[in-house]
Amino acid sequence: MNAVRKVKMSLQSYDGQKVLWGLLFVSPWLFGFIFFFSVPLLTSLQYSFSTIEASSEGLKVTFAGLSNYIEALAVNPNFNRQLVESLFGIVIDVPLILIFSLFIAVLLNQEFFGRSVARSIFFLPVILASGVILGLEAESLVQEINQQNANAGGIANALGAFELERIMLRAGVNDYIVNYLTGAVSRIYDIVSQSGVQILIFLAGIQTISPQIYEASKMEGATGYEAFWKITLPMVSPLILVNLIYTIIDSFSRSPVTELIMSTGFDNLNFGLSSAMAWVYFISIMLILASSTYLISKKVFYQE
Amino acid sequence: MLTRRFSFDKLKRWVWSFVRFVLIAGLSFVILYPILQKISTAIKHKSDLYSPIVVWIPENFTFDNIRDAMSIMNYWETLFNTFMLSGMTTLLTAASCALAGYAFARLRFKGSNILFFGVILTILVPPTTILIPVYMNLREFSLGGLIPLLTGDTVNLLDSYWPFILTSITANSLKAGLYIFIFTQFFRGVPKAIEEAAYIDGAGVGATFFRIMLPNAFPAIVTVILFSFVWQWNDSFYTTTYLTSSHVMSTQLSSLPYNLEMFLDGGEAASSDPFYLSMVQDTGILLAILPLIILYLFVQRSFVQSIERTGVVG
Repeated sequence: MNAVRKVKMSLQSYDGQKVLWGLLFVSPWLFGFIFFFSVPLLTSLQYSFSTIEASSEGLKVTFAGLSNYIEALAVNPNFNRQLVESLFGIVIDVPLILIFSLFIAVLLNQEFFGRSVARSIFFLPVILASGVILGLEAESLVQEINQQNANAGGIANALGAFELERIMLRAGVNDYIVNYLTGAVSRIYDIVSQSGVQILIFLAGIQTISPQIYEASKMEGATGYEAFWKITLPMVSPLILVNLIYTIIDSFSRSPVTELIMSTGFDNLNFGLSSAMAWVYFISIMLILASSTYLISKKVFYQE
Repeated sequence: MLTRRFSFDKLKRWVWSFVRFVLIAGLSFVILYPILQKISTAIKHKSDLYSPIVVWIPENFTFDNIRDAMSIMNYWETLFNTFMLSGMTTLLTAASCALAGYAFARLRFKGSNILFFGVILTILVPPTTILIPVYMNLREFSLGGLIPLLTGDTVNLLDSYWPFILTSITANSLKAGLYIFIFTQFFRGVPKAIEEAAYIDGAGVGATFFRIMLPNAFPAIVTVILFSFVWQWNDSFYTTTYLTSSHVMSTQLSSLPYNLEMFLDGGEAASSDPFYLSMVQDTGILLAILPLIILYLFVQRSFVQSIERTGVVG
């Protein structure tokens, strides 16, 4: 009785009110989290260990052990290759996107004529580069022709990356690095179109650094270059972590593995195999995410 | 000596601003190139496609492509549907995410840390992993056995707007975890003193939230609304699974190549010119993103500013 009264009392207090309202505010999300997330997640885990037959009475789920996983990894001709390719793609692209977006954010933070126009152009990919548009763009023939024309027309265009490659090789730069950089130049559109949100986050972060720090460093004789490495970079390093995670997650949706998983599920109606693939994919992404977060988070500087 | 040093500094500044200008102009061109390309393609006549002298500005100016693409895509109806769908999910998502975000930031209770970990989990798990069970769930929707009790049978919610409404009311729609995260970060940054002042002046928790916190959260709200609207507009992942026959922009776009062939030669594929097909398809893409671009032109200033103030960074 006493306990009930105590609870009643505490609910009438301000803190108790807060708890009540908190539960109320969270409840829609919690409801959805259970029905549209947790239950499906567990069901999908269950599916991945079973064979599923659709019949007139609904689904018949029978336990099948690891057979789906074995099929996904050892039997299916596409999954293995696409998974490795897209994971490699993520590992290669992420540093490029991070460096590029930080660089652009620093540029866009400086004062120059037409800055607001430049900013709005650079954030345009946030709007354009997602979903169907990207998929359809890849197969546009008209674009292809025009590119051909452009290549035939301008010598500079055709030589660009190739010439750069030769110069760097002559200069004795490592083979891998050269290929990485020239690859980046050729894929500049992909990289630009994937870094919209990251630029935004970095720019916002740079603007929260107090100008006094820069002033003080200037007094002490630091150049702009030094200020970048000693001030800007450490101050935005927590955001590097945020952007790293965002970039990796964002590349889920662009990967061909997603399509393969969907088509196995919905076209071939092999739900078990599709779920198994999805789980393998999820776990491998988590591994990349965890290891890269671990590596970066040791270097991150938090200003207290 | 002094003057020489001065002019050297000046030269350095000039060189840097030149380099910066070239970089920014070049990259802007890279970003704008596909759009310019599509605009130029859209107003070209078929014959210009093969003309070697036409690169950007067409010789025979025409609206044929646009008209064709519009009639194939059923443009105005599609536009209206997409606006309705995106607008609806955006508003519902923003509302539910704001509530959840505020609760996670300020109205802590036992276990809310664990629940917030759940939010992070929803960001991390790829939607593909849970898509099939969600799909099944929606096809035979039972609300945990409640609906069959009332009506005797499950409801098929696919091919309607219900999946979108339900997931966005419950803050589990496309990328909703991210929006909750944004709101949480924002509300954490609002000084506690404001809340306490409201309490002392006699406002309850609800009044504090709706009359003080929410109007202050304008930048976060703008950010979430914009992201959510744009991503919903472009999303093909959920729309192609949940909606099969309805006309919204992304389903129309993904079925455009097929519809186009049907339209051009009455079902006999492969007889029509693939370049012309591609041309109309490009026009279709342009038409689909045009409303977004126009919208962006109007809101981009507040977009950039609000993200800077949201505290996504914090």
